[in-house]
Amino acid sequence: MFDSIDAVLLARIQFAFTVSMHFLFPAFTIGLASYLAVLNGLWLWTKETKYLDLFRYWVKIFALAFAMGVVSGIVMSYQFGTNWSVFSDRAGPVIGAPMAYEVLSAFFLEAGFLGIMLFGRERVGPTLHMIACLAVAVGTVFSAFWILSVNSWMQTPAGFEIDPETGQFLPTDFWQVIFNPSFPYRLMHTVTAAYLTTAFIVGGVGAYHLLLRRRRGQSAPEATKTMFSMAMWMAAIVAPIQIFLGDAHGLNTLEHQPPKVMAMEGHYESHPHGAPLYLFGIPNDAEQRLDYAVGIPKLGSLILKHDPNAPVAGLDTVPDEDQPPVFIVFWAFRVMVGLGLCMAGLGMWSLWARWRKRLYDAPWLHRAAVVMAPSGLIAVIAGWVTTEVGRQPFTVYGLLRTAESAAPLDSPAVGASLVAFVLVYFAIFGSGTFYILRLMSRPADANEPRLGSVTEGPTRTAGITPAAGAASHRSKDRQPGE
Amino acid sequence: MPFTEGISIDLTLIWAFLIAFAVLVYVILDGFDLGLGMLFAVEPNRRDRDVIMNSVAPVWDGNETWLVLGGGGLFAAFPLAYALVLPALYAPIIAMLLALIFRGVAFEFRWRTERWRGVWDVAFIGGSAIATLSQGIALGGLLQGISIDEQARSYSGGWWDWLTPFSVTVGVALMVGYMLLGATWLVMRTEGRLQARMRRRAWYLCLATVAFIGVVSLWTPFLQEGYYLRWFSGWRIGIAVGVAAAVLALAALIWRSLVLYGHDYWPFILSLGLFVLSFVGLGVSMYPYVIPTEVTIWEAAAPANAQMFMLVGASILIPIILVYTAYAYWVFRGKIDPDDGYH
Ligand code: HDD
Ligand code: HEM
Ligand code: HEM
Repeated sequence: MFDSIDAVLLARIQFAFTVSMHFLFPAFTIGLASYLAVLNGLWLWTKETKYLDLFRYWVKIFALAFAMGVVSGIVMSYQFGTNWSVFSDRAGPVIGAPMAYEVLSAFFLEAGFLGIMLFGRERVGPTLHMIACLAVAVGTVFSAFWILSVNSWMQTPAGFEIDPETGQFLPTDFWQVIFNPSFPYRLMHTVTAAYLTTAFIVGGVGAYHLLLRRRRGQSAPEATKTMFSMAMWMAAIVAPIQIFLGDAHGLNTLEHQPPKVMAMEGHYESHPHGAPLYLFGIPNDAEQRLDYAVGIPKLGSLILKHDPNAPVAGLDTVPDEDQPPVFIVFWAFRVMVGLGLCMAGLGMWSLWARWRKRLYDAPWLHRAAVVMAPSGLIAVIAGWVTTEVGRQPFTVYGLLRTAESAAPLDSPAVGASLVAFVLVYFAIFGSGTFYILRLMSRPADANEPRLGSVTEGPTRTAGITPAAGAASHRSKDRQPGE
Repeated sequence: MPFTEGISIDLTLIWAFLIAFAVLVYVILDGFDLGLGMLFAVEPNRRDRDVIMNSVAPVWDGNETWLVLGGGGLFAAFPLAYALVLPALYAPIIAMLLALIFRGVAFEFRWRTERWRGVWDVAFIGGSAIATLSQGIALGGLLQGISIDEQARSYSGGWWDWLTPFSVTVGVALMVGYMLLGATWLVMRTEGRLQARMRRRAWYLCLATVAFIGVVSLWTPFLQEGYYLRWFSGWRIGIAVGVAAAVLALAALIWRSLVLYGHDYWPFILSLGLFVLSFVGLGVSMYPYVIPTEVTIWEAAAPANAQMFMLVGASILIPIILVYTAYAYWVFRGKIDPDDGYH
């Protein structure tokens, strides 16, 4: 069935699919782990039960999302070998080490303390439990640090030489390998993206419950208000920072991977006297032309070079075989930037509502927040598609082509595994998402996570559910001052 | 790099040991929790299942991380081996990864739904069984040899090469062995009828495990000439006899502590001994190859500076990891109280 399809193309689709699915979970859990640590800290510090309520509400969701992140991540770490074996052989000496550090410094930290964070509050006491929460949060950020270092090295390789005999990349300076030119930008932009993703999900859930209560004519519980308010602070402060970081990231990319930026901007042709900023257009690779282009003159040069008349080179300066596919890059980039602007807009709106003391009484703001809840997830995927498709046709930029990187597998093998991944991921992660949404549809009431009172709805009757135990404990669980 | 030449050999050996260590820890830790998953199949009672699940819920993620370290370590320290082995074992590896997904999410999902709980229980059983079978098949596939194109530094066989009677036997052997670990783990962590049932099963599983160890050990030397010479030439036959005697002695000890004295902890520890012993035997067969008898650890090694860079981190972090992993086990020690769970 797959005999006629190129095995490399199938492998690319499989990798893109599995890594995109994987990244959806970390994008959420990196932020959520930090949020939980903050909530737990606030609870220990202020002894206000609303923080404990929120912790227990979100930790259940966290447990589900984290489990899905872990299992989809294990798939990724083996796929380098199964599907990109030539790449692994060549680049392994360089990127293997940072990936090993990721396992040693991040995954073990998360996994080792996760159990204590979820189930151990009474067994270890508040201080150690707090440390476990922090360890998990720090572990997720370390994960991002190392894997993004690896990815950035593939985008902007540094600190290596090539072995003429084997073609392997050999490290000469690990400091340069890790802190390669695009890494600081990618790390900041991605971790910020994860925080924003979480903020918008938390805000969306808060807004949903505010709306629901309003419709019933009740006032919302403190916990709901608090989560909405915290999320909106994040949106108002972090979204503008993200736009700024994105701009800096783009300038860095312009320096190191100009064809990617040409594709993002839709610049097939060079503009010696100032380039426009295209808002819309249909990239046409065959004709090397942007059809139906709508643009603002000179703005492109102003953004990229901070000078309206600066010349900007186009894809006409890049040989055809070294060009990325423009359509995907162009539109993925617009989706991300568009969502970024909407996020900042919502943040400003919330500031305005807050200033007018109507933050909890602004139904249109709440509706907008509900609609925007998944915006972070969409934006991160769009961002990664921009990044990864934009660096084509290379896996190690400028040095190793994607077509040369693939494992010597037959199309039927890769095709069969691809089908299996798609079926399993949709079934499993679809169910998981459903369970998460169902948890979210319940309010974070003051009594929701009350100990022993089992408000998991139909999901449990026995008292021994570990995940639920994470949130709704039994009587021994009472904290000092509760 | 003239002066690193000398130490590079040592570094490679150290890394070979470290990765073998990671794999052994993985086999032991995830071994018992995959074994539990298979034993789920014969424990239809809801309450017992909850207890079984609770006995590993706080630690399964950490257990599985050793698999990532084994794979990641191989990638980092022996990239060529990683690049040759994984495409050769494509189907069993992908099957294992998919099975681990089912099993991993079942830990969380089964508490989130009443109606579908049975479905996730089946996912847990099936995922555990297939993951174990695939791991055994992969090991068997590696032992029986992999065809390689040395010039291209790549795998040159087909995508069904791994499937042989031998590899399937190793797969089944591993299933039995993991179930032994799971059963003795439960003897340690549970009480009452559940414990009694596990005690009985543990003994049958122990017998079956020893039988499989015998079959696989006798079969292996006939797969490749190198193995044969390694075990049966001259004085080496003495080692082979010694190992066999040790396996039988361990089995006798397991019987004694399990059946005769009714110990709770010893059966698990002694069963781990069976695994360690088999693992050492495996090491003797394979050394110094990572891909028997094609690629030695030195041929597949990453450059010395990369191995050194990692070793610095590993020698600091692995002890720390072992400490906090032990701590996590300590926190959740003792018998599982079915009415209390983790509170
Ligand atoms: C919540 C998510 C999110 C939001 C709102 C934005 N981004 Fe982004 N962006 C990402 C999430 C992201 C990402 C997923 O994290 C990427 C993919 C790879 C990377 O480094 O970050 C990314 C990549 C990425 C790149 C590609 C860099 C490269 O491949 O070399 C550029 C140029 C920008 N972003 C620029 C922006 C701008 C100008 C934004 C302002 C509106 C923006 N991003 C908002
Ligand atoms: C940070 C760690 C990552 C690494 C090391 C990495 C590495 C790779 C590799 C090896 C490939 C296959 C070769 C290729 O086609 O270029 C690839 C392709 C791809 N990756 Fe990533 N990736 C990472 C993160 C992500 C994330 C989070 C996404 C999320 C959407 C993503 C999206 C893609 C896509 C869409 C492709 C296919 C591009 C194409 O083939 O046209 N990547 N990446
Ligand atoms: C191809 C690239 C990637 C590989 C090989 C990979 C590998 C893995 C593995 C093996 C795990 C499971 C760890 C465990 O056993 O506990 C995992 C989880 C995780 N990964 Fe990835 N990953 C990739 C991309 C990314 C990216 C791009 C990020 C973030 C920037 C990321 C962040 C995380 C985090 C935070 C976790 C913890 C689980 C969770 O939060 O859901 N990963 N990854």
